[in-house]
Amino acid sequence: MTTEMPLWEVFIRGQHGMSHRHVGSLHAADAETALLNARDVYTRRNEGVSIWVVPAAQITASSPSEKGPYFEPANDKVYRHPTFFDIPDEVGPM
Amino acid sequence: MYAQMIKSEATADDPDKLKAFQARIDAGEKIEPKDWMPEGYRKTLIRQIGQHAHSEIVGQLPEGNWITRAPTLERKAILLAKVQDEAGHGLYLYCAAETLGVSRDEMTRMLLDGRMKYSSIFNYPTLTWADMGAVGWLVDGAAIMNQVPLQRTSYGPYARAMIRICKEESFHQRQGFDIMMKMANGTPAQRRMAQDALNRFWYPSLMMFGPSDKDSVHSTQSMRWRIKINTNDELRQKFVDQTVPQAEYLGLTVPDETLAWNEEKGGYDFAEPDWAEFYGVLKGNGPCNTDRIAARQKAWDDGTWVRDGLMAHAAKRKAAKAAAQ
Ligand SMILES: [Fe+2]
Ligand SMILES: [Fe+2]
Ligand SMILES: [Fe+2]
Repeated sequence: MTTEMPLWEVFIRGQHGMSHRHVGSLHAADAETALLNARDVYTRRNEGVSIWVVPAAQITASSPSEKGPYFEPANDKVYRHPTFFDIPDEVGPM
Repeated sequence: MYAQMIKSEATADDPDKLKAFQARIDAGEKIEPKDWMPEGYRKTLIRQIGQHAHSEIVGQLPEGNWITRAPTLERKAILLAKVQDEAGHGLYLYCAAETLGVSRDEMTRMLLDGRMKYSSIFNYPTLTWADMGAVGWLVDGAAIMNQVPLQRTSYGPYARAMIRICKEESFHQRQGFDIMMKMANGTPAQRRMAQDALNRFWYPSLMMFGPSDKDSVHSTQSMRWRIKINTNDELRQKFVDQTVPQAEYLGLTVPDETLAWNEEKGGYDFAEPDWAEFYGVLKGNGPCNTDRIAARQKAWDDGTWVRDGLMAHAAKRKAAKAAAQ
């Protein structure tokens, strides 16, 4: 019986000079056909000017169960946000 | 809708985890593939998204039937684009289901051997060109009713697939209505074809929403999980209220003598479809069930050498590349 075609994740850059964004996934035998399939499946209405395809197996993801502790260090550093600092009105826009 | 009578699975998970999970859903959080989820939620979603995906794919057949016989080159190009969109919808949905731990090939096998279903509507034949109008107008119209709220469903990949699909569905319904307008304003023979198409597709379209709420046994759990947003009867009522004035605009008659505006409820009263027919179609006894599965089986069998060839080619090139390094 046939081996199943590998899964690819598809990233597309829209028209507006944005970053590539993940749009979905698809199956294809190799990178070239993955690109062709991505064009047909995800850009039928001018959704993009550039496509990346990445083998899904090559993506390393953070673990959702560690969501709390993993991102914790960002939470106690409120001084990273500009609103932490009170600048007097007379200083003007900053 | 494309997912009818989805049986929700009983769940035997840790009660504390279940409670925390339900709290996330109640708070409007999205559940993502690697998050903990009850086994019943996962299984019910595989069945629902899989059935939806199969419906998009099998749904290409009744319309594909008319591509080579479209009346003009423009209509042919439009219908081709519409059917191609449906292939895309199937693919988005298969990918969403795959994030739950089932493969696309496995789902295809389950469709072919009858373990998974597709919407009852696609077991009706498309006999004339006017049926292309009725399908776009009524069938895609009914699908939209169901798919719009599902953009807010609790499972992230499913919600995102729905957002993509909804963006494309409006074209489908409008091209169908456009065909109906042309036929309804055409020769007497064309008008008769348009009326005949409405007559044949009206009740099967109402069946798309599934059985009446009082007979819909699996809705409560699915609604708690937010994988079903509205009840079958709510959506059916909304569909009738939206569609009847459109039929009037076309000068066509909805084939229901009991149809009447009910001032009190602010909606139409209408006749229920023949539920015995609905259950018969689901059991495999609709006019086209055998043809539809046979066509999918043939496509799968005839495509084997292509899939094998692509994989062999990819393996060969990979090996050659490795040897060259
Ligand atoms: Fe669709
Ligand atoms: Fe559809
Ligand atoms: Fe559609």
